[in-house]
Amino acid sequence: MSEHEHTEHIVKPGTYAAIITTLLILTAITVAAAYVNLGRLNILVALTIATVKATLVVLFFMHAKYSPKRTKLVIIAGIFWLVILLFMTLSDYASRVDYRGVRFPMSYQAQADPERRG
Amino acid sequence: MHRTGALYGQFKTLEQQKDTASLGMWIFLVTEVMFFGGIMLAYTINRHTYFHAFAVGSNTLDLFLGGFNTVVLLASSFTMAMAVYSAQVGKKQWIKLFLTLTIILGFVFFGVKYVEYAQKFHHHLVPGKSFDISYCVNNPSACPDIKPEHLEKEREEIERAMQADPDLNAHAQLYYSAYFGMTGLHALHMVIGAGLLFWLLKNSFAGAYTPEWNTPVDIVGLYWHFVDIVWIYLFPLLYLIDRHKP
Amino acid sequence: MAVAPKFPEKHYLNETYGIRSWLLTTDHKRIALLYLVSVTFFFFVGGFFAMMIRLHLLTPDGYMLSADTYNKMFTMHGVAMIFFFLIPSIPAILGNFLIPLMIGAKDLAFPKINLLSWYVYIVGGTFTLYSMITGGLDTGWTFYTPLSTVYSNSAVAPAVIGIFITGFSSILTGLNFLVTVHTMRAPGMTWFRLPLFVWAHYATSVVMILGTPVVAITLALAGMERLFGLGFFNPAMGGDPILFQHLFWFYSHPAVYIMILPAMGVISELIPTFARKKLFGYHFVAAASLAIAVIGFLVWTHHMFLTGQSTYAALAFSFLTFLVAIPSAVKTFNWTATLFGGSISFDTPMLYAFGFLGLFLIGGLTGLFLGCLGTDIHIHDTYFVVAHFHYIMVGGAVMGYLGGLHFWWPKITGRMYPEWLARIAALVLFVGFNLTFFPQFLLGYLGMPRRYHVYPPEFQVYNVMSTAGASILAIGYLLPMIYLTWAAFFGKVAGDNPWPATGLEWKTSSPPPTENFHVTPEVTWEAYDFHNRPDLGLDSPTGHPPAGAVPAHGHD
Repeated sequence: MSEHEHTEHIVKPGTYAAIITTLLILTAITVAAAYVNLGRLNILVALTIATVKATLVVLFFMHAKYSPKRTKLVIIAGIFWLVILLFMTLSDYASRVDYRGVRFPMSYQAQADPERRG
Repeated sequence: MHRTGALYGQFKTLEQQKDTASLGMWIFLVTEVMFFGGIMLAYTINRHTYFHAFAVGSNTLDLFLGGFNTVVLLASSFTMAMAVYSAQVGKKQWIKLFLTLTIILGFVFFGVKYVEYAQKFHHHLVPGKSFDISYCVNNPSACPDIKPEHLEKEREEIERAMQADPDLNAHAQLYYSAYFGMTGLHALHMVIGAGLLFWLLKNSFAGAYTPEWNTPVDIVGLYWHFVDIVWIYLFPLLYLIDRHKP
Repeated sequence: MAVAPKFPEKHYLNETYGIRSWLLTTDHKRIALLYLVSVTFFFFVGGFFAMMIRLHLLTPDGYMLSADTYNKMFTMHGVAMIFFFLIPSIPAILGNFLIPLMIGAKDLAFPKINLLSWYVYIVGGTFTLYSMITGGLDTGWTFYTPLSTVYSNSAVAPAVIGIFITGFSSILTGLNFLVTVHTMRAPGMTWFRLPLFVWAHYATSVVMILGTPVVAITLALAGMERLFGLGFFNPAMGGDPILFQHLFWFYSHPAVYIMILPAMGVISELIPTFARKKLFGYHFVAAASLAIAVIGFLVWTHHMFLTGQSTYAALAFSFLTFLVAIPSAVKTFNWTATLFGGSISFDTPMLYAFGFLGLFLIGGLTGLFLGCLGTDIHIHDTYFVVAHFHYIMVGGAVMGYLGGLHFWWPKITGRMYPEWLARIAALVLFVGFNLTFFPQFLLGYLGMPRRYHVYPPEFQVYNVMSTAGASILAIGYLLPMIYLTWAAFFGKVAGDNPWPATGLEWKTSSPPPTENFHVTPEVTWEAYDFHNRPDLGLDSPTGHPPAGAVPAHGHD
């Protein structure tokens, strides 16, 4: 059983140049954004930009855009399993309350703030 | 040893061989995603619990060096992709050129990492008995590579953080455990990648890679890009936690 | 009167000679045998520690071993059995040997990586043996922190390094199988003509690929904590032992599916063959294998119900735990339904398959008691758990392993084992197993905790029964090791297809040639289709294949 050969589509150097330029611009943006106080959104912005960069690398440098469906399935499975690891564990942490009624593990920030308890 | 490009015995066609190698590398990369994922989870939990310590820790990293390394790695991904392209269109000289550039950029990354690690070592920021987040603040003469105004900012930051977290030093050690664990693991993968690149370069001098057969360049490229992606995440997670505090 | 089968002249065992031809082989069949030797060695290691446990537990007051030494016994029993026996056994031995044959390929996709995986296993095993010899390991196979990272005085670091390394053997095997099934199938071998043994190993490989790296990084972090004082899992430094448990169980729960799915794959081959009937619900069984692999990743926190989880998290994971039982139940129903209307024979592999059906059922149902929050509070960390997982691991996985070894022994060696002795051994094993582990359900229910070197005197009767059973079980294990080895050299010549069975592996000689098939087979029949296979010689009154039937090897 043979599948469509994924190197048949040759990506042009111009495309690569556009991608690397975009990646460098995004890097500059993520550094700049780190200096703006967005509170809890800072991490979200940083991770979003990182994910956009990673997606560009996967789609174009790694040719995933031009790869057979099977490759795309493998990639999605990998990401999905990482998500399971992170989110299901975090859901346990997020829902824990220890016997003193304090949410566990509680950041020191929250412990110092009486309104954030429990 | 098989001549590169020759059909291995268990395969029927060159196409099947290429298909197999590519699928094998992608599946291997999925295992790497889960491998790094574990330490990412440890980082995430600890960052949430000890945000102040992580912020202080992050601000002791040299943002210029980290950003420079990010640019270096992104550029190396570009040169790697160009190496694959060169093989696909049969430009044998270009293959050697781009592989060499990728290797050079990789070594630049190592050099910067070495400088950073050495700095941490001298500043007592390696997890262990002598770990002390306030070492440079308390001994400015021992850390001449940090500007005094920067040390002042750091002192204020540490004092503020200690209000919220009296055990700042122990928790900052957790940050540095994450820092060395994640960047160390990443660097180890880059060393392996560099080794693979040298192997490719050696073969490309023998003219091994052609438009009909360039799979090794392709799959080492996949690996190298993955290592770049890990750094794309490590950079904001380690260097950019809380840069906006005054 | 059937023609006496002939032993092939040239085959994978005699094609090349000498130790180098074995230690540097890339033939998947030889690599399988290399694994057979090393895995059996570790089975003995684990068995030795089991013997120490059961001997010690003959009396309630800890007469034989100190508390620390007892801790080492159950720890090393678990480590040896789980990481070095159960996880590799069926995949690395039977999977390696059979998958290329079953799909009509010359070898796996990556033969050299296959050999590498065996060497990685050996290196990892060596580190772990070193740990066992120099101070042992007393943390439990679960390595909970901070005992393992800070307080234990045993040889944790080499063991953790050893298991870390061995994990890569698992990853490489899984990678090889996944790619092989995707890209190396013979013409006509479509996905839904694949034997369910292959589907089972595909699902197992998915689990190996996605889970093993997590335990690798977990053990690496634990090792670094022990050696270099990193603090992720150490409360004294602000770390969190629960984080370790999450990371550990994220792999170790799916690991139990790595151990059972291949055995289920074996059962899916044995039952159609010895009921001489197509497997009931092929598509459902294939889908169930994948469902077990996927859902198995969503339930790991049921090992942590008593660590202070919130009710909501516990409810969610308990629900998912019940969900994962469903595909296993589907398979069990389908195997049973295959028997209905079949022509059943009681050859040794079938005896193991029957044993599997009953014992896996008990093990699986008792898993539900444990997955139920209310009951788990009482039976968690008691012998109920111990009995539950031994019913699945031994009553399920080991029975599947032994049944498979017997079934394919003629293919691997070209010779048959002695049938009557084998049946007796199977019965001895079954009796010994139940005598060992059934009393442990009672002990657990009555409240005897696990991992304690002493127990209240009123539990002694059941413990003595359990130890007696273990002695009988040991005989049940030793007998096959002896007669299978004997049979490999002196058994009756088996011929290509002694059973007969429908898989592609039976259409080549026993033992097979190095390249597996003289001519690449072209598959035009469905799996387990006993009716449309005249080459099996079943419908003909003389026992010979009907005139004009294509010879098993094709026209070469």
